[in-house]
Amino acid sequence: MIVINGTPHDTEITDPRRSLLDHLREDVGLHGPKKGCDQGGCGACTVLVDGRRVLACLTLAAQAEGRSVTTVEGVGRDGGLDPLQEAFIEHDGFQCGYCTPGQVCSAIGMADEVARGVPSRVSPEIGAASFDLSPDEIRERMSGNLCRCGAYNGIVAAIEETYLDGPR
Amino acid sequence: MKPFTYQRADDVASAVAAAAATPGAAYLGGGTNLVDLMRQNVERPAALVDVSRLPARIGIGTDGRLWMGAAATNTDVAADPVVRRDFPIIAEAIVNGASGQIRNTATVGGNLLQRTRCLYFYDTGARCNKREPGSGCDAVDGHNRMHAVLGASPECVATNPSDLGVALAALDARVHLAGPAGGRTVELLDLHRLPGDTPHVETVLAPGELITAVSVPPPPAAARSAYRKVRERASYAFALVSVAALLEVRDGVVASARLALGGVAAKPWRAAVAEAVLTGAPATRATFDRAAAAALADARPLAHNGFKIPLAQRVIVSTLEELS
Ligand SMILES: Cc1cc2nc3c(=O)[nH]c(=O)nc-3n(C[C@H](O)[C@H](O)[C@H](O)COP(=O)(O)OP(=O)(O)OC[C@H]3O[C@@H](n4cnc5c(N)ncnc54)[C@H](O)[C@@H]3O)c2cc1C
Ligand code: SF4
Ligand code: FES
Ligand code: FES
Repeated sequence: MIVINGTPHDTEITDPRRSLLDHLREDVGLHGPKKGCDQGGCGACTVLVDGRRVLACLTLAAQAEGRSVTTVEGVGRDGGLDPLQEAFIEHDGFQCGYCTPGQVCSAIGMADEVARGVPSRVSPEIGAASFDLSPDEIRERMSGNLCRCGAYNGIVAAIEETYLDGPR
Repeated sequence: MKPFTYQRADDVASAVAAAAATPGAAYLGGGTNLVDLMRQNVERPAALVDVSRLPARIGIGTDGRLWMGAAATNTDVAADPVVRRDFPIIAEAIVNGASGQIRNTATVGGNLLQRTRCLYFYDTGARCNKREPGSGCDAVDGHNRMHAVLGASPECVATNPSDLGVALAALDARVHLAGPAGGRTVELLDLHRLPGDTPHVETVLAPGELITAVSVPPPPAAARSAYRKVRERASYAFALVSVAALLEVRDGVVASARLALGGVAAKPWRAAVAEAVLTGAPATRATFDRAAAAALADARPLAHNGFKIPLAQRVIVSTLEELS
């Protein structure tokens, strides 16, 4: 059983070769997570597993057994968009939109990492008690999400604005 | 991808038993390397034993060493307050590698045993002694910009891609194993083998042996440390060259030094000769230059990776200057 966007799914994983990405897209019908490279290089497949951002293409569906998976379809609140999604629209954080579901899930997981005290390569003090979400930090922490359209400035602005006062 | 069976182990004993009972079994950590290689048909295990939910505790043991369960994620290690305060170079090395998503899944055990990123190893159409023993090595006379300058052989010039391993090599870490014949401990520096004429044999692990934990003694209290990595883009790329250094300077003299290099060999490379040059010498640019020269004295360039030798020397010198 995998809880997907809050709903328990018992869809049987008959072939252990099934990646979590193919399971979500083909078996469950959630097309938010995208297949960019299928080899860990682009971040388009990013989803949250138990609140942590991971690459669905390098995760076997079987590994997610008993876990709670959130895709971009599940990040909104009360039937509306998450504030981060609103900010992506506001700041033109995309052009074609192919990388966007991964960017959104990644940024949500990233903000939570900052709140939990996970350092980054550009953090001024690796041992600091807390980290500020400067544009440099955002760029480094989001470096696992590529955008072929080059919408990076909008993406960084949207994330910066959304998490100005910490994660929501 | 070749079909395989999948089972999840709940404890070390059942993981080892499951692997021993299943011919062609491989352990699965986070899968960020193994699943990729299976999809490319480079790895073809008949069975996976998932060890990612085995003990993942991170903390100081009664022996004063830092203990990290093999299943601890790279992120959890890098975020651990004790690691960041007393073993900062471990956290630094981790956050210099891969991406946030990959570090959330990657485990300590899997990181140390990740395979080389040599593109010919990944390309099942190419000749590769590591993938198909005896088939040849297309890298030796091919695109070998990313390849080794130290400890390589005519049969294989691949590098070990781990950043974490380089920091652990500088820290004298130990790797704790469990296997069908019982438990044992090996020094991290002895975990990986140089290629010689058997590049497919990468470690000293016996068949079915599982990494259960890594332990690290406290570094010298007065030592300062740094992990410096050079790559072709600012983030999310493997090292061309990396340096893990610990330096203790007293009254202008080097009291102790530890130096390990990444991106240059088939294993995390401890530069013991350079440490001997540094220890007891004045902490000056001239000493650091001599140490850097000693560290790379045995280096042998290939057609496209000669730049790694002066690059590694410069990174060593600048890292030591920063720490002194
Ligand atoms: C795009 C990309 C960029 C990357 N960049 C970097 C980088 O810059 N620096 C870096 O260091 N790494 C980098 N990585 C590699 C990443 O760090 C490794 O894939 C990861 O650490 C492997 O850990 P895992 O738990 O997922 O291992 P797995 O993929 O699960 O396993 C790897 C190997 O270890 C074996 N294994 C796993 N656990 C155990 C155990 N407990 N005992 C015995 N054997 C075990 C498996 O059988 C397999 O052979 C990158 C990866 C990708 C995809
Ligand atoms: S360098 Fe090693 S891994 Fe690369 S092709 Fe040659 S034998 Fe294979
Ligand atoms: S599709 Fe998963 S990282 Fe590109
Ligand atoms: S918006 Fe097109 S790839 Fe990012």
